[in-house]
Order: sequence, then structure tokens, then C-alpha cells
Amino acid sequence: MADSANAAYIYDTLRTPRGKSKKDGSLHEITALNLSAQVLAGLAERNNLDTALVEDVVWGCVTPVGEQGGDIARAAVLAAGYAQTCGGVQINRFCASGLEAVNMAAAKVMSGEADMAIGGGVESMSRIPMGSDGGAWAIDVAAAFPTYFVPQGVSADTIATKWGFSRDDVDAYAVESHKRSAKSWAEGRFKKSVHPVKDQLGVTILDRDETIRPSTDMQTLAGLNPSFAMMGEMGGFDAVINQRYPELERINHIHTPGNSSAIVDGSAAVLVGNKRAGEAAGLKPRARIKGMASIGSEPSIMLTGPSYVTEKLLKRLGMSVADIDLYELNEAFASVVLRYMQVLDIPHDKINVCGGAIAMGHPLGATGAMILGTVLDELERTGKSTALVTLCVGGGMATATVIERI
Amino acid sequence: MQNFKVELDSDGILVCAFDTVGKTMNTFTKAALDDLMAIAERAKTDAAVKGVVITSAKSNGFCAGADLEEMLGGAWDAGALKERSVSATENGTLDKTDPEAELKGAFAAAFEMNRVYRALETCGKPVAAAINGLALGGGTELVLACHYRVLSDGPKVQMGLPEVKIGLFPGGGGSQRLPRLIGAQAALMAMSEGKSFKPKEALAAGIVHEVVADDQVLEAAKTWIKTKGDPVALWDKKEFKIPGGGPYHPAGAQVFMMGNALLRKQSYGNYPAVINLMHAVYEGLQLPIDSALKVETRYFAKTLMTPQAKAMIRTLFFSMQAVGKGSGRPAGVPKTEFTQVAVLGAGMMGAGIAYVTAMSGIKVILIDRDQAAADKGKSHCEDLLKKAVSRGKMTEDKAKGVLDLITATPDYSLIKGADLVVEAVFENTELKAGVTKLAEAELAPDAVFSSNTSTIPISLLAKASVRPENYIGIHFFSPVDKMMLVEIIMGEQTSDATLAKAIDYVLKIKKTPIVVNDERFFFANRCFIPFTAEGLHMWAEGIAPTIIDNVGRATGMPRGPLEMMDDVALDLLVKITSETAKAEGANYIPIPGEAEVAKMVAEGRLGRKNGKGFYDYPEAGGNKSLWSGTKEMFPVTMAEADPKQAEELKKRLLYIQAVTAARCFEEGVINDPREADVGSILGWGFAPWSGGIISLIDSIGAAKFVTELDRMTGLYGDRFAPPQLLRDMAAKGETFYGRFGKADKKAA
Repeated sequence: MADSANAAYIYDTLRTPRGKSKKDGSLHEITALNLSAQVLAGLAERNNLDTALVEDVVWGCVTPVGEQGGDIARAAVLAAGYAQTCGGVQINRFCASGLEAVNMAAAKVMSGEADMAIGGGVESMSRIPMGSDGGAWAIDVAAAFPTYFVPQGVSADTIATKWGFSRDDVDAYAVESHKRSAKSWAEGRFKKSVHPVKDQLGVTILDRDETIRPSTDMQTLAGLNPSFAMMGEMGGFDAVINQRYPELERINHIHTPGNSSAIVDGSAAVLVGNKRAGEAAGLKPRARIKGMASIGSEPSIMLTGPSYVTEKLLKRLGMSVADIDLYELNEAFASVVLRYMQVLDIPHDKINVCGGAIAMGHPLGATGAMILGTVLDELERTGKSTALVTLCVGGGMATATVIERI
Repeated sequence: MQNFKVELDSDGILVCAFDTVGKTMNTFTKAALDDLMAIAERAKTDAAVKGVVITSAKSNGFCAGADLEEMLGGAWDAGALKERSVSATENGTLDKTDPEAELKGAFAAAFEMNRVYRALETCGKPVAAAINGLALGGGTELVLACHYRVLSDGPKVQMGLPEVKIGLFPGGGGSQRLPRLIGAQAALMAMSEGKSFKPKEALAAGIVHEVVADDQVLEAAKTWIKTKGDPVALWDKKEFKIPGGGPYHPAGAQVFMMGNALLRKQSYGNYPAVINLMHAVYEGLQLPIDSALKVETRYFAKTLMTPQAKAMIRTLFFSMQAVGKGSGRPAGVPKTEFTQVAVLGAGMMGAGIAYVTAMSGIKVILIDRDQAAADKGKSHCEDLLKKAVSRGKMTEDKAKGVLDLITATPDYSLIKGADLVVEAVFENTELKAGVTKLAEAELAPDAVFSSNTSTIPISLLAKASVRPENYIGIHFFSPVDKMMLVEIIMGEQTSDATLAKAIDYVLKIKKTPIVVNDERFFFANRCFIPFTAEGLHMWAEGIAPTIIDNVGRATGMPRGPLEMMDDVALDLLVKITSETAKAEGANYIPIPGEAEVAKMVAEGRLGRKNGKGFYDYPEAGGNKSLWSGTKEMFPVTMAEADPKQAEELKKRLLYIQAVTAARCFEEGVINDPREADVGSILGWGFAPWSGGIISLIDSIGAAKFVTELDRMTGLYGDRFAPPQLLRDMAAKGETFYGRFGKADKKAA
């Protein structure tokens, strides 16, 4: 796929800032459709894009009910004023939906199905609560029982217990996430890709990620109660995962709202195309998509997939861990990143260098596309070449993408 | 109509009084169901019938559910099920090539109760249940299919769906109607625990509409028909909503998510019935009732066809009753009534024996070497009685009466006139011989002398007796007031009359006797000790202690082997081990790890009793945590266990017990598979899901079990070697119940 006619290039990326997912969060008043449309329209506008060239929009959304239901991708394409010939498809790979959408858009280009496509996604977690779409895995005994289902916070705590991460370890990671996020904003590292959201009247309602707390320190984090202790102990979930991992004496509950990803609203898009389409649109490629992969892993502990998908993808690309200049792993929970660094021996200064979801939030359907854009900006800023983006995924999965700056 | 007394009263109410032919308690036989179907038909077609009341003509209860004996008496053999499938085919012929015939037959057989109950529920006339006594299982399910339920407030009245206790789940519509009536959460809790409801609880839970005095039940049911009489069930009304919400209602979703977790926490996946119950409720609540009942029946039939259900019904229902009535008692010996029993030794065991004996109204002479020691035993009885009073389980008068039956004394002359002596002094042959002589000097020639020894051969102890034919072992388990099992040990010369008396005594004190022969550790301890020993083997192999105990619990045993040893007390184990070594001499094969346990004891780690053993037990209470020293004694080489590895460890812990039980049969230590199964569950909590230690082998099949044991012998050592008996059975395709079965093969 190297430089063949069907190689997939990234021409541009754009994201909204992330709004706190509360009733007083800045983006709560903006519909998921509107968020999607502003990003899509912004992407087209700043690239002066003839949207008739875009053949499909693959849009991640994890809770596709209510206003996010009924294939929000198609509605967003039309609301953004794209040519009616551009299709739209909503997909769901839980937390990796945004990256999976980019990978699917790239796959369409690589297979020759499309010359140009957009991958991205949206999640208004303040308007459509997480989990409100149901789903059999947790609820139908036929799915939950044989797979030792536990809520993912309990899985994250189990990762910490099994591989020896303490409360201090995860809190220290969280402090650093806020520090890096605040510094990145201060240095304007996100400026290139953040598209301020306008309100119904056209006034800017949010232009910065809303959940960063630069002053967060160990002491403030230490005061927070573990989020999943009650659920684990009283709800029986500790016993469930302990049956799957009988080597553990008990589960050490260390994740709190302070060292888990923030719940936010947001949207992001990545414009992908082959060389021919880029030329037709008059655009210069910013990066090449070297490869993509998704895997399944043990579902009860759920969140250990990133190292496996990384190993699989690097092997296929003939690369080693050291060949990657920058890693971006979604900060779903601090233990997920700590375990990834531990098992692949990745130094902290090569991963999530601009901060991550613990500080800035994880709008489920959009995050993958957002962090892909962030790391591409960072490659360009630092002159580095290759990055790997990955996310852990509910149900025991992971998705990854390797990009190479041009 | 033979099973219901039917009468149309002047108001047009068809009063149907249930009266199963040939049964003391109403149960649903096929004939009774047919009769109920006829009632539903008449209600539907006879214009003179304005309403129906279902009640019981028997004084001892309303209905105890399906007739298990008939239901399982061959009706669930593969052949019978295939025949049954005929009725499910269009032309009524058996297609011998139909690979699904057995399953279709199973559905048809299991759907019968649902078909009849549903016909009653949809007969178009109001149907009220006048529940004038206990209603369990299919009895409760019948009234749930009635439109109105009036319950008697009688003291013995209870309702409930206890099917899970014998490896089934409510399959007569209960899994569908109860959650529709009281919500999924309450219904799942009631059904997965098999909880029973007293009248007031049933009313509070919303299971019945009215609770009235026993003699008002029929009238109240009739009044409802005359005044309100709605012939449409709640769930057949258009506006019906499941209380608390179905599986994808936000609140309902929580119930199912947590329910699945608690299901695994409590069952370790060992009980197909509770899992299938959850399937049936989850899927059924998303369907209209008629479809839901079909789904319920599919899961019910599936459950009934599991080896676990078959074995659990056999052991926990039939054998528990048979053994509990003294199945091992020789016939032809007149029953002994006990007026006075002497207990020698007023320690924990002796006092416990005195307590359970006095609780049955028998006078007890509790003897120890001096008055103070004897009094100490009596005060232990007093403590137990006080506890029972404080928990409202006994009146103060009754407690005083029980205590007054116990005479604590060092004076052997007081035992004159005792029908039975139970000796429970220290495990020392000379000491036991001494007290035997002292006691026998006072006893009538036909009195029975028994020893509660757990380690010394009865025939050896009987040598001290002048009447060895009257000498027997009656082995209680600790704590005596709680443990249901009693092993009766036959010495070489013990007579049948003595055995019969011993069994009469055990039945009188409401415990369950099994008869075993006189080999070291008898039956229960002989089979149980290898469970803990296997834990030591694993520890010595380097398997992490946490894995050993977690996997141990996952087998369905009440504790893992290491924590179990802590509970028993490590010093006691060291003592037993060293005595065994002494007794076996050159033949003794040391258990890896036993030296390390002795070292722990030497360092003051005695187990739970002093807060230090394999685990440290915090003084303030709370979770125990593994003592770090366990990993220094044997460095961990297996630090994690995936499900496949865990399964193998589980097999080791269960099979080492089961192969020992097989050896007991070969050696004649025990002869009745029912007693072995019941004994294993009551005696040491052997994985109840298996139906007991012998049912486990029968469920696996002798041939497969031998193959596994041969494999495990190669991997872990000769202790897994199958005895010749098992090889013979494997060659002939025999089961223990087939080869040794005494009486019923009902559920075999």
C-alpha cells in the first residue's frame, strides 16, 4: 500500500473543544447533530473543499439513540451542507469508534471503494447518557455469564491490582496528564486543529477544553473516593472478575473521577483520500496511514487490548516499538496507560505527550479521531515522523493506527 | 374426576377441592393435571359456571408442587421422551430418524403444567385460589395462574418456589408470572434462593391479595368472585407494565446486570438451574406471556436434562428423605424408645451430644471426671439454649425444660437404666477402655455402648467391652448442634440389633445416620482429608495459595483447602498426621507440606483460632489476608491461572475425594450410594451441585473417570490411581447406583 494509487493520506483533521458533560457544561446546549455539522462544515470550509469529492462519511457514535440515533452520520452530512451525493454511516466500536471510523474511511480509499472519505465521530455525553442504548453484554446472562462481565471501572482496578499499580501511581499519572494538557494549551499546540463551537446565534460558546485543572496535585486527588468499590464489593463484580483471575486475593479499588477519563461532549473529523483525490481537491497530504488493526482480547479485564493490537500492527508493518516516535493511547483510566507502558517498555516522554482524556475528556464516539489529529499536529510541531494511536475498547477489544508524517 | 372434589354452588361458583389420589399431600400427577384441564374446559364452556375457586380438600396443605416421583419415574428417559414427541407431531407417529425427537418429547412433557395452568388462566371466568395451607413449587405456580389469591394465616402456612434447592427452577409459569407480579428483582431473589414466604410476608411482597383466618379462606375467595371477579390476568391486560421495568428499562437493566454478577458470585457457574432461571426471566420478560411460557419450558426441560439436576433431585430430595428415615436400619428389630442416655465426657463434643439429646426430650446423664468438668459441659448447653431463646427460636420455658433434662455428674452409678451410652472422652484407647468398664458395670445387658471416636477403630475399642456385640461407633460432627450427619460405625462383632438401636437414637435426635464399616477415618473424614491434603500438594508444587483457595471455593466446597485447614486448626491436623504416620508405620506416605505446617504450628501459627495460620486474621475483624510466609516456604511457580488451568485444579480437588469414595466402596467401608451422597453433602459440604460424591462419578461415567484418573496419576501421583472396582465398572459400563443401588432408581 506504500505509495500505490490507493495509498490513504490524511489531508486534514479538525475537532471541537471538549465541553464538560454536565448541565452547566458549555456544549450541553448544542445538539450532537449541530456539533457534528460544525466540524464537518469547518473541515470543508477551511480546505475550500468541493464536498462532492467526499464519497462517504464514517461517523463514530457509541450511544446512537435519541438525537444520536437513526444514522446521525447522514443527518450530519446534510446539516453541514455537503453535497447530497456524500453518504454517511454511523459505526460503533465503543471507545475506539472515532479511530475505527478513520480506519474504515482509509480502508474505503485503500480498497478503491472511494477516492476520498471522512472518518470521525461525535458524542454528546451530557445530552445522551452513556449506556442509554442498552446492549446485551451486561444484561443478557447468555452474554454476561460466560465472559465474566464487569463494569470497566472494575476492570481498570483489576489491571492495577494484577500488575501492581498503587493509588499513588495512578494519581501521579493523572497529575501529569493535567500538567501536559495545560502546557499544550498554553503553548498553542492545539490551535491548529481546534474549531470553536458557535451557539445558535453564531456566537462562540466554547473554544477551549473545559475540564483541565492545571492546579491538580496529589493531595487534591488523594481526597477522592474510589468510584467502583461499592459496585465491586456490594454489586458482586469483584467476585466475578476474581473468579476469572483466581490469583488475586481481592481487588484494589484505586480509580476515582480524578484518575479516569473525564466525561465530555465533542466531535472530530479526519479527511482521508488517495493521491488523485487530493490533487483534484488541490490539497497537500499531511500524513500517510501506514496501517490499521483491531483485535479482541480477554473481555472481563477488558482494557488490556492496546498492547496486543500494537504488537500485531507493528509486526505486520515490520516495525518495532522503538520505531514509533510518539504514542497516543487514550487515557480511559490511568492503569490502562501504565500497564501499556509497562508491558511494551515505552517511556512516559513518548506517550500522550500533550496530555490526554484524564484532563481533557473522552467524548466516546469522537476521541479516536481527536487524538489522531493531536498526534499529527505534534509530529509536525516536533519534526518527528511516525506515531501510533490506539484505544482500549469495551468488551475486550482495541484498535490502532500507525501514521507517518509527510 | 378423581383428584378434585368439584361442586357448583348456588352462586354458580365451581368449587374445586384438590385431593390427589393415593397421596398424603397434594401433588400434581399427570392425572391431577388432566383433571384440572377438565375444570378449565368446563369453566370455559359451561354457562352456569360464573367463577372458579381452587382449594384443597386435604388438611395438611394446599399443594406441594409437581409429583417428582411420577415426573421423574422413567418419564425423562431418552426413550420415553422420544415416544412423548409423538404427541408433538402432526400425524401422531414417531419418526425414528428425527434427531430432535428426544428434545421435542422433553418440551411436550415439560410444557404440560404450563398448558393446563394457562388454560385455567384464560378460561374466561374469574378464578380465585383459596389457599388453605402450604403451597410450594407447582402449588404456588398454580395460584399465580389464578386471578385472585386468598391465603390462610395458619401457623404452618407458607408459599414459595424452592425448586432451585433440588437443581430445578420454577417451570410451571413461576419464572414468568412472579416477576410480572412483584418485579424482576424481588422475583429473582425469591426464586434463586428458593425463599419461602409466611402469610404476612406473602401479602407484603404482593404475592397474595388477602390473608384471612383459616376458616375464612373459601368465603373470601367466593366473595371476590361475586363482587369483583375480573377474569383477565394482569399480564393479559393491554396496559400491563412489568413492575420495576423489563431488562432494557433503565432500572430493570440494573437488576439484570447486578443479577448476573450475583449469580456468578453465588454459584461459581456450578448450578445450571439458576443460570437457566436467569435466561428464562430475561428472555421471557421481553415477550407476551404465551411465548414467555414456551421459552420458560425450553429452559426448564434443558435444566431437567442436565446431570446436575438429575443427581440433585435424587440426592437432595429422594435420598435425603430415605436416609433421613434410616434407610440403613436392619428390618425386623423393634423400635427402641429412649428414656435415658448417658454421655461420657463433657467437652465440646460431649456437651453438644448432651444438648441435641435433651432437645429431643431424652433425659441425659452428662459425666466427666469431676463435678466442675461435668458442669462446664452443662453450661455449654445452657449457652446454646440462651442463644436459641434470644433469637426467638425457643421459649424460656422450653429452654428450662431442656436444661432440666441434663444431669451433670461425675457419678457413674447415675447412668443405671440408660438405654444408650455415648462416649466422647479424649482420643486415647486406654482412657476410653477405662470409662467403658466403669459404664458397663452400671448398664443393663441390652443397653448399647457407643463411642464418638473419629480416629480409633471401633473393633479395637470394643475389646474393652464385655458385650462387643452391643458396642458401636456413633460419630458426630462438630459443631454437634448444627451438623446434620452422624456416621454409625459397625465393629467386627456389632449386632444388627445394636445397629438398629443406634439408628433409632440418631433419628430420634433428628439427625441423618449413615452406616459405615470400621476403617481408619471411617467414610467422611477419609474422603475429606484428601481435599485438604491436595491443597498441601499444590502449595508444595508452587501454586500460589490464593489460587488454591479461590479455585477450591469454585469447586463448590464451602472453603478452599488452606483456609479450611485454618478453620479446623493446624495443630489438630499435625496431631492427626503424626498419629496416622505412627499407625501406618513404614506404609505411611508423607504429604508434601506437612513438615511446613508442623513448622508453622511450632512458630505459633495454629489457624483461625489464634488469628494466625495460612492467613492472618485481623483482631478487629474484616478480611483475612494471606500470610506472606506461605510464599517463602514454597516459592510460587504458578502465579496466575487461566480458566483451563483453574479447571484442572478444580478437578484435582474434587476427584481426589471421589476416588477415595470409590475405594471406600471397594473396601466395603460404605455400601449404599445414597448414604455416600447424602453423607458427603451433610458431612463436609461436598459440592452440592454434583448431587454428592458418588453422583459426581456416575455423572462423569466410570470409563471417562478412569481415563481421567489414569492421566492424573501420571501427572500427580499414585494417590489418583483408580481402584479395580472402577476399572470393572468402566469395562461393564456400570454406575454406582446401578451396581450398588439399594432401592429406588427413580431419578437414576
